[in-house]
Amino acid sequence: MKMQARGPQPRTRLVWIVGVLLFCGVVVVARAAYMQLVTEDFYQRAGNERFLRVVPIATTRGMITDRNGEPLAVSSPVESIWVNPKELLLDAKRLPELAKVLDLPLDELTLKLAQKKDKQFMYLRRHMNPDAAKAVLDRDIPGVYSSREFRRFYPHREVMAQVLGFTNLDEHGVEGMELAYDDWLTGKPGSQKIIRDRRGRIVENVDLIRPAENGKDLVLSIDRRIQYLAYSELKKTIQTHKARAGSAVVLDVRTGEILAMVNYPSYNPNSRLRISPSLRRNAAVTDVLEPGSTMKPFTVAAALEDGVDPNIVIPTEAGGYRIANRRVTDTHYYGPVDMRRLLVKSSNIGAAKLAGNMSNQHFYSVLSRFGFGENTESGFPGESSAVLSAPNRWGPVEKATISYGYGISVTPLQIAQAYAALANDGMLISPTFVKGGEARHQRAVDAVVAGQVLNMLEDVTKIGGTAVQAAIKGYRVAGKTGTSRRAVAGGYEKRYISLFAGVVPIENPRFAMSVVVHEPSVGGYYGGVISAPVFHNVMDGALRLMDVPPDNIEQWYADKSVPVAAPPVVAEEAPPPDTGVMP
Amino acid sequence: MSARLFLLMALLLGMLSSAVAVVYARHSHRQAYVELSKLQRRRDEHNVEFRRLQTEQATVAETNRIVSIATEKLSMHFPLDTETTVVQP
Repeated sequence: MKMQARGPQPRTRLVWIVGVLLFCGVVVVARAAYMQLVTEDFYQRAGNERFLRVVPIATTRGMITDRNGEPLAVSSPVESIWVNPKELLLDAKRLPELAKVLDLPLDELTLKLAQKKDKQFMYLRRHMNPDAAKAVLDRDIPGVYSSREFRRFYPHREVMAQVLGFTNLDEHGVEGMELAYDDWLTGKPGSQKIIRDRRGRIVENVDLIRPAENGKDLVLSIDRRIQYLAYSELKKTIQTHKARAGSAVVLDVRTGEILAMVNYPSYNPNSRLRISPSLRRNAAVTDVLEPGSTMKPFTVAAALEDGVDPNIVIPTEAGGYRIANRRVTDTHYYGPVDMRRLLVKSSNIGAAKLAGNMSNQHFYSVLSRFGFGENTESGFPGESSAVLSAPNRWGPVEKATISYGYGISVTPLQIAQAYAALANDGMLISPTFVKGGEARHQRAVDAVVAGQVLNMLEDVTKIGGTAVQAAIKGYRVAGKTGTSRRAVAGGYEKRYISLFAGVVPIENPRFAMSVVVHEPSVGGYYGGVISAPVFHNVMDGALRLMDVPPDNIEQWYADKSVPVAAPPVVAEEAPPPDTGVMP
Repeated sequence: MSARLFLLMALLLGMLSSAVAVVYARHSHRQAYVELSKLQRRRDEHNVEFRRLQTEQATVAETNRIVSIATEKLSMHFPLDTETTVVQP
């Protein structure tokens, strides 16, 4: 009874206590096991988040070089100064000093800081010269830091501006080759795991997750020297003749590589000033124009392929030749012409009559095999494909106008491409900007036909032809001039486009070049006067630079014995139609 | 009995040493990685310097500049027809 009053037996009490303690132990162990085995991931992640960071490894953008490895676009290191406004504003009395070394107005700096006073990051000045940035950092102002960035630099400035394009502040291509090969040049950023302390400093590099893949270099087919030559000659011509603009393209006949492509006016891609979109455009690829008489060799090629005898006698009328309600005229009366004389004198009537005897379908097929009306597949961003309407919509007038280069629009690159095909034994190679780039080969015409046309075109640059100024001493040159009017809505303006396209040397063709000058206003407007000299000067230099052996050595010997004055310019050619009503 | 004890001791020792080895491998990995990062940083510095020099070279060797120095400072010109001789093979 007494025992009962004292409660449970000591032994029972012991069992209870041990039981409770054991239970507590089991709970603790179970909890620990639960945390370490089941929800381990969560805690691991939460822990890591407090000090481990995965940060990207920056890549450098690849270089763009010309065909000989000369750098055309290089990323060079620059420093960007940034501040931590919170930290900087703690010690505001150093602001004037900072403003002074950065060459910023003090009130502007204070205003900027006031706007971002709650933030921890603000760029003060991006892309500074590393030496200047070091001078700022040496002041040791708290809260001022710098980070390294890269900036694209174009040593050749305006000479290559449109072809290369440029990049934005974050080094991504915006235009031109920079845009077309952006992925290749950019590379793949890697990532690594690091341990950071509270202030964001890297304590230790822990692990490499993925190595960075730097951007690869891009070797263009452009030759820096020819490019420079073409640019300076084009610029000179445009300035002397007070023209509005111009473009020139030089192609390697055998490979389709673009050796030079220039446009004037141009811009300096290194300055970050606002550049007007019309200057940024690579007009040689993006702008279309009517080729005028430079089209006639392809009309002749089509006739030859159709089986027409090259010695055919085509009468040309003095007063013009009527097709339907249209009158086709020549500048002069040339009498009866054969194909050679048709090209040398550039007779519109002759070309129209040749085309008149062909079927629409045949003429169209030859033109499209020469690449007209199609994209050139050069891969340049924003390339225009020329306009060539379907043959079943051509009437006799349309066919006649196309035969001498109206009612069809092409780019300067397409003209050069078609002439290169003529020179390459009738094999069309799509142009490429990359050295050794893949090109599409496609037969345009038979090698015999191409050879015949090329031979006829040689006389254009001889005395009596329309482009004597294109002749190059020691080499046989084939070429064709052209003059066309700017097409505007409802007809043609009295503004001219002077063209010349040619190939050199005939024996073993190496270069094809097209020159386009828009709206020359001083000293004539014929292609033979304006554009042919550009061809002459550029090709003369290019042949020397590329060590092309002369194929007309006799001319050297002949000229040595009898010095002759330069032949007078008799360049005249069929002008564009006066009152054209185009379809 | 002693054979069993021996086996147990051997396993225990093996486990301990492998644990130490893991720690050591981990440590040396970190050391190596730190070294690698250091070398990479140095390589990047050299690359950056190389690019800077390339830019400088390209600026100095720019055609426009060469032409103006050749024609204006050194008064050079391309040989005229009267100054060339064609050698007949």
